[in-house]
Amino acid sequence: MLSYILRRLLIAIPTLLILIIICFLLMYAAPGGPFTSERPLPPQVLANIEAKYGLDQPLLVQMWNYIVGIVTRFDFGPSFVYKDRDVNEIIAQGFPVTLTYGTISFVIATLVGVSLGVVAALKHNTMLDYIAVGTTFSAQALPNFVMAPILVIIFTWQLGWLPGGGWNGGQWQYVVMPVIALSTSYMASIARITRSSMLETLHSNFIRTAKAKGLPTRSIIWRHAMKPAMMPVVSYLGPSFVAMITGSVVIDLYFSTGGIGQSFVNSALSRDYAVMLGVTILYGTLTILFNLLTDVVYAWLDPKIRY
Amino acid sequence: MVYQADRNERIAEKLVEAEQIKGRSLWQDAAGRFARNKAAVAALIVLASIVLFTLVGPFFAQWSNEEIDWARMGDIAGEGGPSLSNGHFFGLDEVGRDLFARTIQATQTSLIVGVIGALMAVTIGTLYGAVSGFAGGWADNLMMRTVDILIAVPYMFIIILLMVMFERSFFMLFVGIGVVSWLEMSRIVRGQTLSLKNREFIEAAQAAGVGWFTIVLRHILPNLLGVVVVYATLLVPQMILVESFISFLGLGVQEPNTSLGALISKGASTIIYGTIWQLVWPLVFFLLTIISLFFIGDGLRDALDPKDR
Amino acid sequence: MTNMPRFVIAGLLASTMLTGPVLAAGTHPVTGDALADDQTFTYRVLDEHSSVDPQVVEDVSGSEIVRDLFEGLMNQDAEGKLVPGVATGFTTNDEKNIYTFTLRPEAKWSNGDPVTAGDFVYAWKRLVDPALASPYAWFGELMSIENAAAIIAGEKPIDELGVSAVDDHTLEVRLSASLPYFPLMTTHASTFPSPQKVIEEFGDQWTKPGNIVSNGAYILTEHVPSERSVRERNEMYWDNEHTIIDKVVALVINDENAALTRYFAGELDRTEVPAGQYPKLKAEYPDEAVSFPRLCSYYYTFNVSPSGPEAFKDVNVRKALSLAVDRKIITENIKAGGEIEAYTFTPGATAGFEVPNVPMMNISQEERDAEAKKLMAEAGYDASNPLKFDMLYNTDEAHQKIAVAMSQMWKQKLGADVTLANMEWKTFLNTRDNQDFQMARGAWCGDYNEASTFLDLLTTPSGYNDGKFSNARLDELMTEAKTSDNPQPLYTEVEQIIADEVPIIPIYHYAGVYMLDSDLGNWPINNVEQNWYSKNLYKKAE
Repeated sequence: MLSYILRRLLIAIPTLLILIIICFLLMYAAPGGPFTSERPLPPQVLANIEAKYGLDQPLLVQMWNYIVGIVTRFDFGPSFVYKDRDVNEIIAQGFPVTLTYGTISFVIATLVGVSLGVVAALKHNTMLDYIAVGTTFSAQALPNFVMAPILVIIFTWQLGWLPGGGWNGGQWQYVVMPVIALSTSYMASIARITRSSMLETLHSNFIRTAKAKGLPTRSIIWRHAMKPAMMPVVSYLGPSFVAMITGSVVIDLYFSTGGIGQSFVNSALSRDYAVMLGVTILYGTLTILFNLLTDVVYAWLDPKIRY
Repeated sequence: MVYQADRNERIAEKLVEAEQIKGRSLWQDAAGRFARNKAAVAALIVLASIVLFTLVGPFFAQWSNEEIDWARMGDIAGEGGPSLSNGHFFGLDEVGRDLFARTIQATQTSLIVGVIGALMAVTIGTLYGAVSGFAGGWADNLMMRTVDILIAVPYMFIIILLMVMFERSFFMLFVGIGVVSWLEMSRIVRGQTLSLKNREFIEAAQAAGVGWFTIVLRHILPNLLGVVVVYATLLVPQMILVESFISFLGLGVQEPNTSLGALISKGASTIIYGTIWQLVWPLVFFLLTIISLFFIGDGLRDALDPKDR
Repeated sequence: MTNMPRFVIAGLLASTMLTGPVLAAGTHPVTGDALADDQTFTYRVLDEHSSVDPQVVEDVSGSEIVRDLFEGLMNQDAEGKLVPGVATGFTTNDEKNIYTFTLRPEAKWSNGDPVTAGDFVYAWKRLVDPALASPYAWFGELMSIENAAAIIAGEKPIDELGVSAVDDHTLEVRLSASLPYFPLMTTHASTFPSPQKVIEEFGDQWTKPGNIVSNGAYILTEHVPSERSVRERNEMYWDNEHTIIDKVVALVINDENAALTRYFAGELDRTEVPAGQYPKLKAEYPDEAVSFPRLCSYYYTFNVSPSGPEAFKDVNVRKALSLAVDRKIITENIKAGGEIEAYTFTPGATAGFEVPNVPMMNISQEERDAEAKKLMAEAGYDASNPLKFDMLYNTDEAHQKIAVAMSQMWKQKLGADVTLANMEWKTFLNTRDNQDFQMARGAWCGDYNEASTFLDLLTTPSGYNDGKFSNARLDELMTEAKTSDNPQPLYTEVEQIIADEVPIIPIYHYAGVYMLDSDLGNWPINNVEQNWYSKNLYKKAE
């Protein structure tokens, strides 16, 4: 097991390297650059800026310097757009925000989603089941750029209960709406997967046997059905957790949380190369890490799996 | 997605077995089971009605999807509401164009993007997975490590950069959406191919000197059809959702064409100005389409995987 | 001969009249309004600012903050006229190429150090320093400071910049050309002083709250990127006793509709009105919805360079397309925020500029349409041979509406087959800069309040002349205008050339359209450049 984990972590290094190379190539293929502006800069001014950021050097040299910077100094470079800050600062400031609302959303989505899914499965083909299925399908289909403005209109403008945006160090009032907007569709997906996998487990032979032996339903569900039914849910939760803690551009933009989620889109649109690379590496690292974690949890849930 | 992978794998195994044991009857069984699933059948009817509406609707439209109603564009909140008398059945959009015609056109776009995007993903994923699985050895290793790396790239980046780098068109939209969605598919297909590879009929074909690509094309792919169909159905609503997000970023199809995602994101941003119909109509079509696709997808999967019932 | 401009004296008089400290809960010394206890001004900004370093900042929202944090030689008043800032006044020679500014001795940095001429010398050298590589270094060149261009190019050492401190309170600037409007440029953020000691101590980190030392009415106390920035009263500011607003909060809200919802919820004192919503808001909130002219023009440019389409090389086609655009529909039905229909490039709001009477203004839209059809027929386009072209604009709600309407006008009136092409911002700029388009959207805001900031754009060497229009007479007139005492007739002729040759289709002149809380006093709606200073605002008691 340990050697498996170590091997997976070792593979992460070339993976991240290739990720960096892909990003570099994509960025340089995109038209325009970080300093393309409505008023084209005079060539001399542009040359000075490019020299300052090392953009005048060959691509390979830039890539090399970038990697050396990360390895030796853990320096992900300066932002080309926000000139007072570097990438480390931008991530250090934005990631905790999305990590906070992402984790809360994750916990809520998992708890509510799993409960809803289990209840729907137990009450299979009853009114309750139909309502649960209908709601989760609608919730999964409703884009969060529709939900966000509706939430603000209701809770901020009409009721005056919650501030319409901002973060304010993560005070609870500011976290509520981002969490609702983010968790809904994940909650729906989790409920859907749980229901379907629970149904399947309940129809399996070993549960039938348990029932035939006359074990109480509660104990059947908790002792026997829950663990195998959770396996597909766990494999969904891994990547979802990464997606949630890296935030959502819709939520960051609409609620002005200052989170890192918007950087994924903004840095690409503003050609802020270093920020773009920084958030990609962050996302890549988290993905690798949580895919590994998912596999470990999977092995724990299913004793048949051996590494 | 991963969850689907698990089940789809099993479905594929069954289909392969069935193909050898019972011939085509599994498909008939599945059709029978699907027909008994009321929700799925209802969803199929809803979806069919929507498709029919997009085909017939234009004959009833009084305005084209790009014509501006100059007389009413000045006061859309006041005069632009849905009305039978002035021919704007769904009201006007934010520039004064007929929302009925635009919703029809948008629904068409979204459906086409969903279907073609899913087909792209499935085609690339299947071919890639089949080749990788069949080739085995270092080629398989290389191809699968590539997939691992690509999964770690935030997919929005790729889409944005594609939409930015190339001139925006329907084609680019399909490519952009398809390109980020085939990874999971390729993994499933590879797994299936690995298990198919050692079957007698493949070995027989190899012994007969059939080229490897022909074997993949003629013998492996047909056996993967079931899993592909199920996966594709489940992928269509995902593709529509992805497209709506791209439209939200303003990187979707070019005006005067539009998509449901584009109409919804505009409608949602202007709800405080009393033009609620600009959100409601496209949203209704969007939700109906996606929800019925969900039901159909689930129904199809259950039908092909009888263990549940 | 020295000449002390009249407005400087007026400004001095005004400031000496306002004596005695203002109490927060008192009344406003000029308007007599009762002041609110809480003097906090909160406003919406679209995007996170690029920087608050005066020499580095390049965006509007950053400049707004910098104007509060730092104070330059001269300021603008509510009408956009020059008033003294750190300088009490200036003198110039006959050639108008040497300016001497006198600095007020009481001006201090927020750490108590005096503001000296050396701080300006340091800042201006910093602006053109290739090592800092400021994106606004070109402003130093635009100001025509001696040797600025050579220093930027790395051909001369920084110390040869034509600016020097005669003594602590006298700053001398030598220009490479005669520039009558030079003092106007000293209200630009790039020219504000910067604290050498602090920059040398903290390096890149000097603009962080806690490190930053500034000489304006406010200091930066909090900055949460992409969320908010807060600036609070600087007790060391020389005119602190006349500052009323204690605290200014800028909230980053990307979506203008979300911002408006939050304005309604009382979270903001100022936000922009989205296109098309002004009339309705004005009817509902007559005290809060405001609209006023801005120094910006919205236009479409024809690509007349060799890479452009053959059709646009025919002046009749260009003219016909311009005539067929019903500006009234765009200003009244689409933007609807009090924008002014444009038939000339320079906005009428520009100081000292009189809008010339171009022929198109004198006829009705029907007559324009009829003439447009006639011209198109002459050019050889009809139903069987429709004019086909692409119009390029960048992704944006309002731009899209306008493009859609224009394409429909051309389609219906002239039978033209127009393809809309919207591109994401950077791609758009790249495409436009490379003349890889047929017709493209453009917008220009004046760098300073004088017609040449607009008309220079259409001269042959201009870097912003995206359509590559070139007219020898126009170039000649603009060169002549640089040194002319009365350039208006020259500008009139230039606008006539533009009206005849139609290198661009002017659509409208911008309006600033805001929701302004009725408690907010003194918003300078008459300042067409919208250079506002929080120190001049106040909050009325409810």
